[in-house]
Amino acid sequence: MTLAIKASGLAKAYGDVIALNGIDIEVEQGTVLGLLGPNGSGKTTTVRILATLLQADSGSASVGGFDVATQADEVRSVIGLTGQYAAVDEYLTGRENLELFGRLFHLSKFDAAKRATELFDRFDLSDAADRGIKGYSGGMRRRLDLAASLIGRPNVLFLDEPTTGLDPRSRQGMWAVIEDLVSEGTTVLLTTQYLEEADQLADRIVVLDHGNVIAKGTSNELKSQVGGDRIEIVVESANDVANAVNLIQKFGSAPATTEEVTKTVLLPVAGGSTAIVNIVRKLDENKIAIADIALRRPTLDDVFLSLTGHVTEGNEESSAPAKRRRGRKGRS
Amino acid sequence: MSTLTPQSVKESTAPRPRFGWLITDSIAVSRRHLLKITRVPESLFFALIQPVMFVLLFAFVFGGAIDVGPGGAQAYREYLIPGILAQTVMFAVAGITVGITEDASKGIMDRFRSLPMRPGAVLTGHTLASLLQNILVIMILSITGLAVGWRINTGFSDAALAYLMFASFAYSITWVGAWIGLHMPNSEVAGTAGLAWIFPFTFASNIFTPVATMPGWLQPFVLWNPVSCLALAARELFGNPTPLLGDSFPERYPVQLSFGYSLLLLAIFAPLAVRAFKTRNK
Repeated sequence: MTLAIKASGLAKAYGDVIALNGIDIEVEQGTVLGLLGPNGSGKTTTVRILATLLQADSGSASVGGFDVATQADEVRSVIGLTGQYAAVDEYLTGRENLELFGRLFHLSKFDAAKRATELFDRFDLSDAADRGIKGYSGGMRRRLDLAASLIGRPNVLFLDEPTTGLDPRSRQGMWAVIEDLVSEGTTVLLTTQYLEEADQLADRIVVLDHGNVIAKGTSNELKSQVGGDRIEIVVESANDVANAVNLIQKFGSAPATTEEVTKTVLLPVAGGSTAIVNIVRKLDENKIAIADIALRRPTLDDVFLSLTGHVTEGNEESSAPAKRRRGRKGRS
Repeated sequence: MSTLTPQSVKESTAPRPRFGWLITDSIAVSRRHLLKITRVPESLFFALIQPVMFVLLFAFVFGGAIDVGPGGAQAYREYLIPGILAQTVMFAVAGITVGITEDASKGIMDRFRSLPMRPGAVLTGHTLASLLQNILVIMILSITGLAVGWRINTGFSDAALAYLMFASFAYSITWVGAWIGLHMPNSEVAGTAGLAWIFPFTFASNIFTPVATMPGWLQPFVLWNPVSCLALAARELFGNPTPLLGDSFPERYPVQLSFGYSLLLLAIFAPLAVRAFKTRNK
């Protein structure tokens, strides 16, 4: 087993604010690590330290076998970085941007141009290559940004919230591209606020909260900690709540919880879609009117709730795969 | 979840740092800024319109009220143009302050810093592009000057030395702007702060009026002010009127002093700016 990224005891504080409180991270060559956590949990700080942009207060880290503090140049020649904001020059065309970064990677003029063309083809940007970035859509910018980070054929790729703010279709496109890269053997460290994204892309997940690692494991291990799917049923009449619980409890995998005021029953289930059919049928047979019913999958909030007892803090935009995150309006 | 066969780390191609890269990296970065000028030609247009307006205003409106010795209005126009050139070089510094702050607050700086390029090249490239723009503006202003009656009354070598002096001072002072830009929180502040220090140096100088017209307590500052030295040196080299106050050192050796200031500014502020760049946000 070869470790592409190894960090131990990384700590960083900004004045009184502790951004990282001594974390350990190991990523095996050719795998994807998902760094999951809300805003302010230390994800970006971790990436910035590993990508040599930031100096840790204490702890050590190596990327691609090179020490990030003492061999920054060597590290930079084996990594690619895509940040939260498209790191390209607005006034230049896509091609001018990629060629600039290629030259700064010390490719020859010819190689830089060739590599740029390859990347435009690969990222489906050939038609836009000679247009100014200003006219690019959000998804195109992110793809160009990712292309720019691949100029030097990095062994290790850092993706800091690669899909935040993208529409669902662009997000899917981004995921496909990342999966491609991984299948070619690139090691990826990806930060995200979305459990779904980590689930989709990451081999292993590390959950950060307030600069501490609060959980690590595969996506399945993590989910079993959180609990599986739940079905949320809102009945028409408050009088039916207790009755409904009695009727549907047998379909659940754990005792149901109720909220009288909102006329809601929450039932943990194992086989989500089968259970939902059974529940609807059962309630219908017993003439209990359903105002709303939905299958809820664990979200980042649920992960946090179960791991820390509090919901995520910070002001992350709820543009996320938010469809499934119903009803939690009291997020601070 | 995808299953992967672990691959061995690619043979590292980590190249060794070389001084040559500072040059090629700087050229690549300056090309970026020059391309930007062609994409936003307005920036160049307004960089030009302001000094041209100053030339016209002072040549035809205020100039009549300022006495620089025998020769009247024509003498004043000859006096004025080297001053305007010095002013233009100073004002251009504000532009790079804003540019650097803007870059530094955007993702592209992270991109640069995650590349195996020479970090200093981000600044040398920017300052070089700024110098080229400056040279262009100085050329156009000189032509404007010729049109309103300014003349070069000396030979080619003196005039060439004057332009070389402007170029070297322009390049050096840009590093001051870059250094300031690296300490600004955002481009709005950079826009104000970048101009604030330029004003006293530019206007408490001999560029529009002779030192003799100013109060005694101010005269030493004006005499030693690099902007005054630059303007006085240029007037000497172009053979334009140089109403002197006395025979203080800056009035006796303005050319040497101007080049000296250029070297000094570069020697102090280039390393400071590079260090500020490397440690910013670290």
